[in-house]
Amino acid sequence: MPAAPAIPAPDRARPAPRGPEQIADRVTWIGALDPDLRNFDVILKTANGTTYNSYVVRGSQGVAVIDTVKQEFTAEFLAKLETVARYDEITTLVLNHLEPDHTGAVPELLRRAPHAHIHVSPRGLQVLRALLKDDFDSYRITTVQTGDTVSLGDRTLRFLTTPYVHWPDTQCTYLEEQNLLFTCDLLGCHYCDARLYNDKVGDFRFSFEYYFDHIMRPFKRYVTEALDLIEPLRIDMIAPGHGPVLRAHPREYITHYRRLITKRLASETGAEKTLLIFYVSAYGATAQMAEAITEGAAESDDVRVSLFDLQGGDVTPFIDLIEEADGLAFGTPTINGDAVRTVWDLLSSLVDIDTKGKLGASFGSYGWTGEAVGMVEARMQGLKMRVPEKGLRIKMHPTAEELEQCRDFGRRLAAHLAGRPAEREIDMSALLGR
Amino acid sequence: MATAKLTFTDVALTVNVPAGTRIIEISEKIGSGITYGCREGECGTCITRIVEGQENLSEPSALELRVLKDNLAGHNDRLACQCQVLGGTVKVRPG
Ligand code: FES
Ligand SMILES: [Fe+2]
Ligand SMILES: [Fe+2]
Repeated sequence: MPAAPAIPAPDRARPAPRGPEQIADRVTWIGALDPDLRNFDVILKTANGTTYNSYVVRGSQGVAVIDTVKQEFTAEFLAKLETVARYDEITTLVLNHLEPDHTGAVPELLRRAPHAHIHVSPRGLQVLRALLKDDFDSYRITTVQTGDTVSLGDRTLRFLTTPYVHWPDTQCTYLEEQNLLFTCDLLGCHYCDARLYNDKVGDFRFSFEYYFDHIMRPFKRYVTEALDLIEPLRIDMIAPGHGPVLRAHPREYITHYRRLITKRLASETGAEKTLLIFYVSAYGATAQMAEAITEGAAESDDVRVSLFDLQGGDVTPFIDLIEEADGLAFGTPTINGDAVRTVWDLLSSLVDIDTKGKLGASFGSYGWTGEAVGMVEARMQGLKMRVPEKGLRIKMHPTAEELEQCRDFGRRLAAHLAGRPAEREIDMSALLGR
Repeated sequence: MATAKLTFTDVALTVNVPAGTRIIEISEKIGSGITYGCREGECGTCITRIVEGQENLSEPSALELRVLKDNLAGHNDRLACQCQVLGGTVKVRPG
């Protein structure tokens, strides 16, 4: 029988699969390279793949595995693991984050090392339950929080609860004797390079920032809390779950994160609350409303109000503004039964930032139906904003009396922002149909 | 019918509700920032701070207690998709 034709090698340069790498005394990288990945979690692009970093720490009285890899790399991961430890030596499995890109090999690993004592954050427990299904109860599982430790004899792992540095379950693990911090998604990036270390790989600065923008930025307030915990540590090396191991000047990456989460020109608004009013207007009616709302809100001197015509700006700088604002009002006419595209473009981009708890409001002029206002309100609620005032809709051009209603709407928004709203009381029956 | 006063402090609004009403039935309709995920008491997304009137809420189920614990909730926190207002005055805000 003729031999099967050889499969042609891919014509572009790609990292060869690589073996385990000792990154520090007693610490070995046993992760996987995924050079072909182009889309991560649907929303994220990567020009040269990513890595799933897993590590083994060997102490005098135990061996710990820190995170695993995506499921399709299980065989490769286990092969690397077997070169540095026997399954019966593994005493500890630390899961810093339960997303499948780090836990894909967990079920198989546990089948081979069923006595490994699993350490997860309390919030990780519910995902772990789903991951292990019926086997959940047969494993030894402990939840850990900031300050808890596990001893491997002459090596100690200390945990830091750092939630929402991607999912609610995320945590970091610190190898005390070697000042080495395992951060999983935090301080990682999607960048695949078999040379592995930040001082050896190609230029990954773009990937590092892009990853921050899309994965960490929506959780800035939690990144702040995580950095507060991490900054006081002595750190000689950061071993993240994706991308290069940061062994050269690791502190710089923490400083850079700190810079990325810091408000710009914060003293510009000081203690004042900020309200941004955005509008799109077809015939000038919604613009008139926007101006009157602005006037009303601006009567409060503890609220700084800004008015923007959405047709005069790009989405990106508006997102930067919105990220630091306390309140947002969107004015849109209803055209073909919908809010206008410019408004949706901006609203749909707000997933990249944290909008939880901001004040939202919507208004607009309409000719026939006016449902755009309610649609925008629903979107704002989806963005976890509070929408205390029912949207203001006005048919055609506002009259003098209606303009006064707009001013009053602005006054009420300002009062909510300033923390002195008029208390209201209604009966549940008033909510029928809402 | 027995009624209760349920106040959402983040939007400064009190709603008079029949006893037995769940917070989830009201909060979205009035624009409170309390948010929901599973709506079935499993994910912990709807953790809500009870500012006042804890004693006027239904007892948490074993599942609710577990979800609250797994999510490191404080003892004034409840799941808005689960707990019912039984009477009196209850004040809540997003957790
Ligand atoms: S919405 Fe998931 S627990 Fe309430
Ligand atoms: Fe993740
Ligand atoms: Fe990840």
